[in-house]
Amino acid sequence: MPYTNPNKSKSFQLPGKSIAKSITLTYLGVILVFPLALLLITFFQIPMDIIRETLNDVRLWAALKVTVTTAFCAALVNLVFGTLIAWIQARYTYIGKSIVTMLIDIPFALPTSVAGIALTAAFSHKSGIGKWLHSFGIDINYTPLGITIALIFIGIPFVIRQVEPILEEIGTEMEQAAQMLGATPFQITTKIILPNIIPAAIAGFTAAFARGLGEYGSVIFISGNMPMKTEVVSLIIVSKLEQFNYAGATIISVVMLSISLVFLLISNGIQFLQKKKYGLINKGTH
Amino acid sequence: MKHLKISILTMMTGLTLAALTHADRLELLNVSYDPTREFYREYNVTFEKNWKAKTGQTIRLQQSHGGSGKQARSIIDGLEGDVVTLALAYDIDNIVTQAKTIAPNWQSRLPNNSSPYTSTIVFLVRKGNPKKIKDWNDLAAPGIQVITPNPKTSGGARWNFLAAWAYGLKTYKTEAGAKQFVAKLFKNAPVLDSGARGSTTTFVERNIGDVLITWENEALLIDKKINPNEFEIIYPSLSILAEPPVTWVDAIVKKHKTEALAKAYLTQLYDIPAQELAAKHFYRPSNPKVLAKYKTLFPNIKLVTINDTFGGWKAAQDKFFKDKAIFDAIYQPQ
Amino acid sequence: MAQFAQPKSISGILTKWALILLAFLFLGIIIVMPIALVCIKAFSQGFEPYIAAITATETLNSIKLTIIAVFFAVVINGIFGISAAWWITKYHINGKGIIISLIDLPFSISPVISGMLIILAAGSKSTVGIFLEQFGIQIIFTPISIVLATLFITLPFTARELITLMQSQGQEEEEAAYLLGAPTWKLFTKIVLPNILPALLYGSLLTAARAIGEFGAVSVVSGHIRGYTATLPLQVEILYNDYQFIDAFAVATLMLSITIISIIVRAILNKRIAKQINVKGDQK
Repeated sequence: MPYTNPNKSKSFQLPGKSIAKSITLTYLGVILVFPLALLLITFFQIPMDIIRETLNDVRLWAALKVTVTTAFCAALVNLVFGTLIAWIQARYTYIGKSIVTMLIDIPFALPTSVAGIALTAAFSHKSGIGKWLHSFGIDINYTPLGITIALIFIGIPFVIRQVEPILEEIGTEMEQAAQMLGATPFQITTKIILPNIIPAAIAGFTAAFARGLGEYGSVIFISGNMPMKTEVVSLIIVSKLEQFNYAGATIISVVMLSISLVFLLISNGIQFLQKKKYGLINKGTH
Repeated sequence: MKHLKISILTMMTGLTLAALTHADRLELLNVSYDPTREFYREYNVTFEKNWKAKTGQTIRLQQSHGGSGKQARSIIDGLEGDVVTLALAYDIDNIVTQAKTIAPNWQSRLPNNSSPYTSTIVFLVRKGNPKKIKDWNDLAAPGIQVITPNPKTSGGARWNFLAAWAYGLKTYKTEAGAKQFVAKLFKNAPVLDSGARGSTTTFVERNIGDVLITWENEALLIDKKINPNEFEIIYPSLSILAEPPVTWVDAIVKKHKTEALAKAYLTQLYDIPAQELAAKHFYRPSNPKVLAKYKTLFPNIKLVTINDTFGGWKAAQDKFFKDKAIFDAIYQPQ
Repeated sequence: MAQFAQPKSISGILTKWALILLAFLFLGIIIVMPIALVCIKAFSQGFEPYIAAITATETLNSIKLTIIAVFFAVVINGIFGISAAWWITKYHINGKGIIISLIDLPFSISPVISGMLIILAAGSKSTVGIFLEQFGIQIIFTPISIVLATLFITLPFTARELITLMQSQGQEEEEAAYLLGAPTWKLFTKIVLPNILPALLYGSLLTAARAIGEFGAVSVVSGHIRGYTATLPLQVEILYNDYQFIDAFAVATLMLSITIISIIVRAILNKRIAKQINVKGDQK
């Protein structure tokens, strides 16, 4: 258990507090708080009718629908496959395991524009998988399906990074004990494994979802950017900026930030619950 | 270890300073519109070489490309371009009024209304012309998907719009008729990219749309160089003379001390080698001799002009493209 | 501790390989195939065009710009990370949660919005922008805006790694040394720094990887001046839109190599950190 100093809140303190505090607060203030505050101030200075006009745009709502649905589906896929991959990484040894470890980190570090052109090339209806799917009438590029695939790509690491440590920590003793006591694999899965990983999985899902909502680079190459059909909200913001409609861009940004904030709170709340539960488990197995 | 840290620090400081200040050699930023990428890429290489041979000076020419309207707004917003080579005179006039960094008489400073090359608006269709597109009215037919950029950001898009309007005026004889026609055409547009090159990408790469309305030079680039045998160029019965002008930005060249360089850069666009280069890149050279030499490349087409049909760019911008004007009224995404 | 259950029953083994196969299929289609295609396309016209693309002036300039952005991001956010982690983990603060949430904020903000924040805050129409204009300093349309956008995006990485590590390490060593009379500077360099070094390096590597790869935010602020305000990821887009596909994919492979190298280095560092935490834990 990590050591916590009971004296921390009393008179004895390590040196460096004031300099650390001032650097932290100043930096956060300048780089983070100042621009965000400016955004909000700009937002509240916009006349109400312009806000109404911007939000009443059919095109915006279509884009919101596209953005939210594709992000949600992509996060769902990553929830399933992420848990799967976390499982095989934590529980099995097999050939190529270290390569898999590397692969799942690639979407995190690769520039989104590179991901964008790579995915567009891979699923183009002129070659390979895209051509095969095209013969079934399924088109990936320039459809919401393409957007979903791009979001799946960039979201792969999120669930895995949350679930895998949990699986490794809790070990297999409980499962083995349950097995010896005669539990069926189904019971083991639902009563022992799932409760432990669900909080982590949901935290990963929320993170992947939030990431997908704001994604820009990987989507703009594969989506076709057609208003009402395959346009995402981040692109609308960029369009407004290109037309120097700062008011419109501000309004939509505030909307997106509010949505992200809600999900950040949910994610942190779930992680808090997860830590509590995790604490409970730790006590038991030692 | 200490030496390593110091050397890294010095190297980084040096790199940073070198990147931020352009002290050691003369640099020129050409802020241009979307399709001119290939042309200026080649022109710049030759110009740098010739300049070095003539003056011994090493210079660095930089390019920025994007929709003409968008580029003009960036200049107004502080982008320090030494020269601007945009798609239409209004965008430069806009810089004159809003940023006051270009002299108001700019257009008379260089020959041919400051347009070393001209172009026009044509259609690009898929090979075999499956939808049998012959003229403007086919673009307004139901079920046809038309690809054009956004007039709010793109110069080419505004030329497209005006060419269509001119056709509407001629065919339907009234303003209301023209407006209805253009509205139908834009109803057939599934997406508006921010620049001409973006629309080309949408049509050619993403396979969206039945017809692309674009600059003649862009259409020829695709048809002759990039994707030969996949497309056809259709010349409509009527189009507009598009004059993309060039000029230097007085305030900036004074600040950067690049006045002589900028003037030379632009005047040399009118010299024979540059005119030939323009033709090679499918722009109609303003030099009539060079134009005659390439006349097989540039068919005759009935052209209206911005002044004759629309009373000049300021009038056209006010009537059609400024906020809440005619374009805003008729364009609704499907 | 990780435990690997090697299934012994037939159904267990079948399940194991079925799951592995499924995972391989998924990763193969989504990750391996697109990346392989990039490499194939980059070299599809042979070695020479590839080298020409990598060594083109514009590409080299974008590499330079990327290095500058990465350098400042790592150093400045490193200093911030150390300060923030020190303040948060060593002292009792009211509102610790708020500070941590603030630090986490850039993770949930769309890169496009991050870029827009920079424009609002330092663009030519903003108070800051107008103020600096008087001194001839321009932020927007210059590499400075790119550095700022990168700082914003990569703010959390080093801080988070350090917070995690320092929280688990406790502070007896520092307290003992302090009580024994060690001067502050020595306390920092001889005790604190060696302890946090793996996490600091790991966080710096994450920062660097993210800084190299950032596209959306930089795209919004940069002005797309070729050879001046185009980072590597932007250069890929520029080349792609110029129909220079070979060049675009060539530069893309460059980014891929950087990504893979950073992943490998990170894996090595990860092991070091795990050892560090275990060592500290055992000493209790």
